[in-house]
Amino acid sequence: MRKVVRVANVQAFWGDYTQAAKELLNQDSEVDYLTLDYLAEVSMSILAKQMRRDPKLGYARDFVKVVEAIAPNWIAGSNVKVVSNAGGLTPQECAERCAEVLREAGCTGRRIGVVTGDSVLPALQAEKGDVPEFRNLDTGESIETRREDLITANAYFGAKPIVAALEAGADLVITGRVADPSMVVGPCVFEHSWLWDDYDRLAGATVAGHLIECGTQVTGGISSHWLELEDPSSIGYPIVEIDLQGGCVVTKPAGTGGCVDERSVKEQLLYELGDPGNYLSPDVAVSFLGLNVKDLGGDRVQVDGAVGSPPPPTLKVSGTYEAGFHGSGTLTIFGQNAVEKAKRAGRLVLDRLKRQGLEPQDSRIECLGGGAVAPMREDLKQQVTELVLRVSVADERREVIQRFASDWVALVCCGPQGTTGYAGGRPRVSKTVAYWPCLISQEQVSVSVEVFEA
Amino acid sequence: MSETESGKIQVALASIAYARSGDKGRNANIGLIAHSEAGFEKLLEQVTETRVLEHFAHTPVTRVVRYEMPNLGALNFMLYDVLGKGGSQILAIDAQGKALGQVLLTMPIEVSADELVACSPQIVSHRTEA
Repeated sequence: MRKVVRVANVQAFWGDYTQAAKELLNQDSEVDYLTLDYLAEVSMSILAKQMRRDPKLGYARDFVKVVEAIAPNWIAGSNVKVVSNAGGLTPQECAERCAEVLREAGCTGRRIGVVTGDSVLPALQAEKGDVPEFRNLDTGESIETRREDLITANAYFGAKPIVAALEAGADLVITGRVADPSMVVGPCVFEHSWLWDDYDRLAGATVAGHLIECGTQVTGGISSHWLELEDPSSIGYPIVEIDLQGGCVVTKPAGTGGCVDERSVKEQLLYELGDPGNYLSPDVAVSFLGLNVKDLGGDRVQVDGAVGSPPPPTLKVSGTYEAGFHGSGTLTIFGQNAVEKAKRAGRLVLDRLKRQGLEPQDSRIECLGGGAVAPMREDLKQQVTELVLRVSVADERREVIQRFASDWVALVCCGPQGTTGYAGGRPRVSKTVAYWPCLISQEQVSVSVEVFEA
Repeated sequence: MSETESGKIQVALASIAYARSGDKGRNANIGLIAHSEAGFEKLLEQVTETRVLEHFAHTPVTRVVRYEMPNLGALNFMLYDVLGKGGSQILAIDAQGKALGQVLLTMPIEVSADELVACSPQIVSHRTEA
């Protein structure tokens, strides 16, 4: 049995650096697994929009390019395995496209596992009236009034289907919605032959997964000491080495920029964390309260002491629904009394909309550089001579946002002196996609795993 | 830095701790980590739920819950409703709460000159020696 499983993350979100997978494999040939995350809360609705243009395109196309880029490594003898949720709404289509590019590259013999069944939209729309499980987890709101507006709804799977795919010989596992840390838990369960009630070990691997799921955020990205980082342009993507007991060492390839130290690891442990005594995943409930973080030096930090208990009986669902339209305009204001000028210019646009009977249901005027994010002392505010005015509006009526977009540009002549930066043209009118988190019982979800040779 | 009546000095939280924040739907969390054990005691004593709620009075936050993590020398704060209707619907520039950690680090705290030394970051280099 292997001593440690080495798992890297090379994609933290859809939009992350596209060369990371290839670069990491060339920097560190001893990595066992690459994980790639493409799905944030509302990503599924972007994929749904993409599917309206082409029903086959419900997946993250960037991932196919990654597979294409690493095919030469496989041909040259690498045995690295890949786990990704790039399948989005159509994992099957994504897998077929990956198989195609592998064949085109002359990379034969690789097996692709496909995990499907996470879409629970029919279940959410089938029942009538209020269903307690489907209530919005954040607000307690009933689904009744939103049911028809739902665009997507996907349950978060855990590591079990990933392990099933690996057991069937998959080199490449493509899923839809899956809990991010489960992409690390799956390989650990498979390689270390853990049982599903080895809760402390599952907890350790879940912590390891949590640490790398945001890629470079654990290697110095967004850290409080970011300015101290060495060569951020070559910042390394993270690797976790998980031992048989579920403890791990976080590291990054030698020679890369950034850092893995006690501070970067502690910051990322706390990232998007709620109750540290009860971090829930579909595989295990984790307590962070006994974790030990030890800086071993040389960009290696050991993390152990995770305690696990049985996971909740329900699965979390991430739903999206249509909620009207929004738009934002930005302009640079330079000169004396910039804050006062900017606020007045913002009000001018909103007043005009009101006069036309198109007062937005929601609006906001912000002076970026003049106390928008945190309050600024009045005397300092008066000294600001350069800022960005940002006005945002939201409404159920598309025409309100359209009118805002055209009225915005009128500031070129009727706004304050020193207003500049019109080069971007009119603000865009965007559909607002809102988030519907809820629960679903395991029995209402049926997962399916298929493995085929590319 | 300014001196108070008790002979203590007022410094920004950033002198003794570091932070990271992010969104959780309509809510956000801020992890706050002390540079030293002495600093963690100061966090426990001065960075209370009430003070954090006041510090974010300019936001729609409705309540703050503080979790203690002595094993990491850290506190975790949940700021409920701080993102209004949530990441995809809030109109404010910091829709994902990414800047909240930096905002928290501007909170003033009181320490004596000796305490400040004990709470400050140890000078360590993470860079690999050639």
